[in-house]
Parts: sequence; structure tokens; C-alpha cells
Amino acid sequence: MATIQFDNLGHSYHPHPSRPEDYALRRLSQEWEDGKAYALLGPSGCGKSTLLNIISGLLVPSEGRVLFDGLDVTRCTPEERNIAQVFQFPVIYDTMTVYENLAFPLRNRKVPAADVDRRVRQVAEALDLTADLKKRAQRLTPDAKQKISMGRGLVRSDVAAILFDEPLTVIDPHTKWILRRKLRQIHEEYRLTMIYVTHDQVEALTFADKVAVMYEGAMVQLGTPQELFENPQHTFVGYFIGSPGINLMPCTLGNDHALVDGIPIPLPDRAVPAVGGKFELGIRPEFLELTRSGNAGAIPVQVTGVDDLGTSKLATVRLGSHTLKARLSEEQEIPALDAAIRFPTRWTKLYRDSHLVG
Amino acid sequence: MDKVQDNRAWFLIIPVFLIVAFSAVIPLMTVVNYSVQEIFGPGQTFFVGTEWFSAVLADERLHDALVRQIVYSLAVLAIEIPLGILIALGMPGGRSAKTSLTLVLLALPLLIPFNVVGTIWQIFGRGDIGLLGATFRAIGIDYNYTNNSVHAWLTVLVMDVWHWTSLVALLCYAGLQSIPPAFYQAAKIDGASKWAVFRYIQLPKMRGVLIIAVLLRFMDSFMIYTEPFVLTGGGPGNSTTFLSQYLTQMAVGQFDIGKAAAFSIVYFLIVLLFSFIFYTIITRTGEGEKK
Repeated sequence: MATIQFDNLGHSYHPHPSRPEDYALRRLSQEWEDGKAYALLGPSGCGKSTLLNIISGLLVPSEGRVLFDGLDVTRCTPEERNIAQVFQFPVIYDTMTVYENLAFPLRNRKVPAADVDRRVRQVAEALDLTADLKKRAQRLTPDAKQKISMGRGLVRSDVAAILFDEPLTVIDPHTKWILRRKLRQIHEEYRLTMIYVTHDQVEALTFADKVAVMYEGAMVQLGTPQELFENPQHTFVGYFIGSPGINLMPCTLGNDHALVDGIPIPLPDRAVPAVGGKFELGIRPEFLELTRSGNAGAIPVQVTGVDDLGTSKLATVRLGSHTLKARLSEEQEIPALDAAIRFPTRWTKLYRDSHLVG
Repeated sequence: MDKVQDNRAWFLIIPVFLIVAFSAVIPLMTVVNYSVQEIFGPGQTFFVGTEWFSAVLADERLHDALVRQIVYSLAVLAIEIPLGILIALGMPGGRSAKTSLTLVLLALPLLIPFNVVGTIWQIFGRGDIGLLGATFRAIGIDYNYTNNSVHAWLTVLVMDVWHWTSLVALLCYAGLQSIPPAFYQAAKIDGASKWAVFRYIQLPKMRGVLIIAVLLRFMDSFMIYTEPFVLTGGGPGNSTTFLSQYLTQMAVGQFDIGKAAAFSIVYFLIVLLFSFIFYTIITRTGEGEKK
């Protein structure tokens, strides 16, 4: 297990990158703790696979360094770094049995036969593969094949980190859920450093201790699922995490309030210079309060629709020219004529050029 | 919808049926017909039963030709298959000018008509003007494919290797190109040696094309005719007389049509039998019943 550090890391596929857009991965300095589960979350083409391949050693970054436990491994091969990786599509050795597949990484490293047998049986047990150990890997279902791929990643007990590149893409939804729980259990039991790439927010949030959200080559936020939800550092995080995403409205700044279409909305009392850039006000639907007009701080709105989601209700309201969503409990009544909303200052976020400023 | 049930669907297979009938079934049946008759000329035929078959199976020259043929075909496979795999492994991947050039160069021998291949090697091997023959003479080897049967046999073999290894290489190359990069990356991470990558990834993924390559090369080499005919004419002696040469001598040279027809059928059955054996062996080893 190892602590992973990125030192001014960046990568461009262009020979002479000049603009920020030329970078598949923009400048990044960070330290990832030993024994934690990390998720790299973002849409296709955001640079998450590039970062993963740099960590695994399949790709040499064009700039900066990668350090494992303080040791520079930027130019080391995956074997030298001693990492394991599970790919998006199952990679199995067709001619081998399941047992031989799982034993392969250990046998290549000349691990004594008794230890190989013990580890293989442990991993097979954890992944429910014990019954299939003697079968040829080629004949199994895609689910089972992917379990073998994962097993080969988990079988080495001394790895620096285990990397997962969207490993559950080919798995059916029910098994997906079970396998994710399994991975989580294995992580809690062995305290392995795990890095998990996905574009599915549910997967990332349920799996990881910390989630790194990537957007257009930049890591816009690294935080716990709670931090990402309560305090999105970037409008993209607000939009990508949560369903529906954060409500965003362009605004201008007054002294202690923001103006949206001329309507004043109180801001948390933080000094924000009202200069430069494009300002936006954001609030999660879960935190937007729906009340009746006349109450203190309430801003009259028009309710244009209500969706009953079974466990909660989702109200769509119009404020000036903007459409906002508010999540309400099942019991809450929705005022028909004199509806109003209130922005709790604690949850009202101000963004300048998409970055959180207050 | 109601299903219409009648026999009109048979009309749809008539074209295929006709083509197969005229291209394969009728000629084959004609040969079967000849093989049980003594034929002196048009209209002068009489039934002899299995006499020709007994004669063919007892023919010493045919036995020799068959042994020669089997040794030759096995030698062809033993050289061309590993060599083709090696070439395919060494070929550059991806879309580059280097790849295209390699593919074109490899395809060249395959584009040359068979009798031209024979002529090329006939001249190539001549001691007076041929590059190969003259080189051997210059370094002191008395190479002469026209009077030394070992030299003749080896020349025919090398010619076949030159002509057909490309086919094996191209087939294997296609097989290798279909392996997703993740397999190589995973093998790297699993710490697999180069040999292990070949043994557990490349070879299993090439199994399908290798079956085709082995069958094609076996059948073609087992029926080889044109190149040795042009190069050595089956000599010196009978050292390069393979089955089809002997068959042609019998049918066209001696006009022994009945016997040649019986020979053809035996020949056909031998090719079929060997192909079946190879196919079974290769598919079995691939499936490798480990239960």
C-alpha cells in the first residue's frame, strides 16, 4: 500500500501544448492517502482515464511527477510500481481455468505454491467464484469473467494500489450492486488503496471515501461525498452530483445580497469583491425552501409543476425568468396561489466563473 | 398472419442447386462412373467393378508418391506455420506507412501465377545464370536440382515456403490485430513474460485463423502440381513426383482413364481424411476438455 502524490502533474497529447485546452489533464498537485478508496468521476473525455493510466504507469505524463510513498515512479512500468488494474471489459486468459487465471499474477512473481493456493481460495471465496475454480474461464458468463478480472487485481496482497477502470460497465444492474458492495467490504477488510474510475455518480458516491470530480481535463473538486453535495466547489460538481443538479442563476452583486433579475437574495456574510467575471448563484433543490409569501425573507414565485417521486416531491417554480427545482417531503403542502421560496444563506452558494467564492 | 405452407420455397434453392450440381456433383459422379469401367474409346466401355481400385491400392509407384507427398506436406506445415507466426509477431502494428509497405511486400508472392513461380525458381536455381545456383557454386556447393534428387526436393520445398508463408503470416497478423490493447496491458500488470503473453494471449486468439491456415496449407500442398511440374517435371527420377503429377501422367500421359478415376477418388478421400484429422486435433486442443 502506498501514498500517492501528484507533483505538478499534467499531460497533453499535443507535442507543443500552449492553450489550456491542449491538455488532456491539466496541472495537478495532490496527495492521496494510503488505504483509502478514491473514485474518479466525470463524463466521457474529461481526462479521468488519462489520469488513471498515468497512475498505473501505462502512460508517461508529459509534465510533472508521480510519487508512491515519496519515491518518484513517473517513468516506472506497472510492474515496477506494483499496482493492479481492472479494465472496463473482462480480460481473461481463455485457455486457463479460473484457478489458473487467479493464480497467474502470483505465479509470474514466483510466489510459493502454498501461498498462491491460499490467496486464490480467499479471493475466490470473496467473489463467489469457488464453485467455478476448476472450470475453463472461457465458458463463463461476462459477469463471471469480469469477476475473474477483478480477482486477478485483488489476489496480490502487496500491491501499492488497485485501479478500476469502469469495471462494472458490462455487468447487469443487480450484480453490479452486489459486486460494488463486495469491493467495499474487501476494501474495509484489507484497507487497500483503491482508485475507481466511473461516470456514474451513484457508483462513485457509494464506493469511495473521497471522490475526485473531473471536468474538461481539470480536477474541479476532491472531497467526501458529503462535501461534494453540501459544498460544491465548481458549478459542474453541483450539476453533476445530485439528481436533479444544483439550481443556477446568473446574478449581479449588491452589498450583502445578490440580485437575480433585480430580486435581492441574501448572501452569507463573506466579503466577496464584486469585480471581474461572471457571477452565478446556486442552491441545491434539497435546500430550497417553499413557503407562503408574507413569511420573513420569502420571495413570491409561481409553481409551474409538481412531480411526485414516491419518496419525495419535486416542485418546479418560476422566479423571474428562471426555472428552479425544489425537493419537498411527501407530506408538505404546496401553496397554490401565494407560493414563495426562501434561500437559506448557509446553502446559498456564489460562483465566479464557475468557481465557488462564497 | 397465416403461414403459407407449400413447396414453393424449393424454387429459391434451384440456382444454388444447379451451380453445385454442374461444378461439383456431376463431375465427381462422372469420375465415379469412369472408375468402375474399362475405357478403350468413345462407346467402347465395359464394367470392371472394383478392379481399378485394387490395382491402384497395390501400385508401388503410387505408394512411393503418397509417402513423398505426406513427408512434403508435413514439412511445408512444419516450416510455414511457425515461420508465418514469427513474421506476424514481428510486423509493425497500427496504421502507418510501414504497415502498408509490409503488407504489400508480403502479399506480392501470393499474386504471382503458379507457373510463373515455377519459372522464377527454375531460373533462380540455375548454376550458370541463376542467382541462387551461381551463389552456391561460388561458395563451393555443387548445387544442381536437375540431377540431385535431394537438391530438387529441397528446392521445391523452399519454393513453396517462399510462395505461401505470406498467406500464413497475413492470416496470423489479422488474428493478432483483433486482440484488444487491454489484454496486453493486463498481461503487463500481471507480470507476464513475453513467452507467457504469446502462450496465453496471442496463440489462443490466433487459434481460429491458424485452423484455416493449417487446413489451407495442407490441402494446397497435398495437391501441389504446377510449380514442381514447371521446375523439375517430377524428376530427377521420381524424386519430386507428387500425387497429382502421377495422376496426370496416368490420366493424360497414358490415357489410363479408368485407373486414373479410381486414383482420383482415393486421392480425394485421403485429402478429406487428413483435413478431418487436422481439424479435429486443432479444435480439440483448443477446447482442451478440462472438467
